[in-house]
Amino acid sequence: MRLLLIIVSAVLINNFVLVQFLGICPFLGVTRKVETAIGMGAAVIFVMTLASAITYVVQYAILEKFNIPFLQTIAFILVIAALVQFVELVLKKTSPSLYQALGVYLPLITTNCAVLGVAILNINYNYNFIESVIFGAAAAAGFTLALILFACIRERIEYSPIPKALEGFPIALISAALMSIAFMGFSGLI
Amino acid sequence: MKFLQPIKNGIFTENPIFRIVVGMCPTLAVTTSAINGIGMGLSTMAVLVGSNIVLSAIRKIVPDKIRIPIFVVVIASFVTIVAMLLEAFVPSIYKALGIYIPLIVVNCIIIQRAEAFANKNTVLSSLADGLGMGIGFTVALLMMGSVREILGVGSIFGINIMGANYEPAMIFIQSPGAFLTLGFLMALVNFISYKRKEKIQEAGE
Repeated sequence: MRLLLIIVSAVLINNFVLVQFLGICPFLGVTRKVETAIGMGAAVIFVMTLASAITYVVQYAILEKFNIPFLQTIAFILVIAALVQFVELVLKKTSPSLYQALGVYLPLITTNCAVLGVAILNINYNYNFIESVIFGAAAAAGFTLALILFACIRERIEYSPIPKALEGFPIALISAALMSIAFMGFSGLI
Repeated sequence: MKFLQPIKNGIFTENPIFRIVVGMCPTLAVTTSAINGIGMGLSTMAVLVGSNIVLSAIRKIVPDKIRIPIFVVVIASFVTIVAMLLEAFVPSIYKALGIYIPLIVVNCIIIQRAEAFANKNTVLSSLADGLGMGIGFTVALLMMGSVREILGVGSIFGINIMGANYEPAMIFIQSPGAFLTLGFLMALVNFISYKRKEKIQEAGE
């Protein structure tokens, strides 16, 4: 039951992009087309689930054990950067087709604040290992959902007549605001 | 003059938020009040200036291939220092900014300036660049925070200015308000720069 609550809350109610503002850069950057949004979303789900598991181990097996939790930020960002590189190498060797699909997005993920965000939130919320992994995967799924929906909207905006000053980012942000209002409607779920 | 140029550049021509559009996450998340905006802006500026100075000082000995990990470690160290200082001296801001303080590490502004400026320029001009970009970021955050606080709470820096009869529009301090405010502020900046361009063109003819 608790796991189900974590999933619903991470995907819909506390959506990473629209409510917590984590991962806004890719949200605005790669959502011009639906395909790129799907690619980025898949890569993020993959990396975020792995990162949640690994940073959990790093926190409790290394940082807490040696009493150096103040190094959390440095340790986590290094682990994530290394993880992204590692995933890239492994994919390249084992599954060239998947690598081709996700390849361009992988380096961008290191600076995606959603990944570091999920790692820190897992620790702040005192989740256990299973909960951390589930939370990571669910948050990434919520991120992907927002990305794909937003890309669909933006593809339509491309061809609409809009005032010149609103072209590009301003209209994208205003549509995101409307989406965010829609997602606020889920807050009654729990 | 040479020192002032990058500062002016950071505030107006290359304002990180309105012009280059980087560092969106903290901009949207922490600007529920003007004071939070300033707190975030100044923290980011401190990290930016520090990392710009260090990275420009070591730019000749950093191997090109592993420069990104080195950037990240330097930046993360400064973020840790800033987080500790905030926690010790202004705990209220530390609490309000919460998770977004460690997330300064992945703020694209800092790594973008490291890559685009500090990696190629002298220590002094990198310092100026860090200051300029930092001030530009702080100004943008302050604008966001002020607009949201005035509309959403009816006050600025905690002082009520709209009178007792003002019914605050709660939505502006919730998440949709962040997107909405930034969208319209950006449109305003675009509008002003289009008008200016037209004026310059007319004057030219």
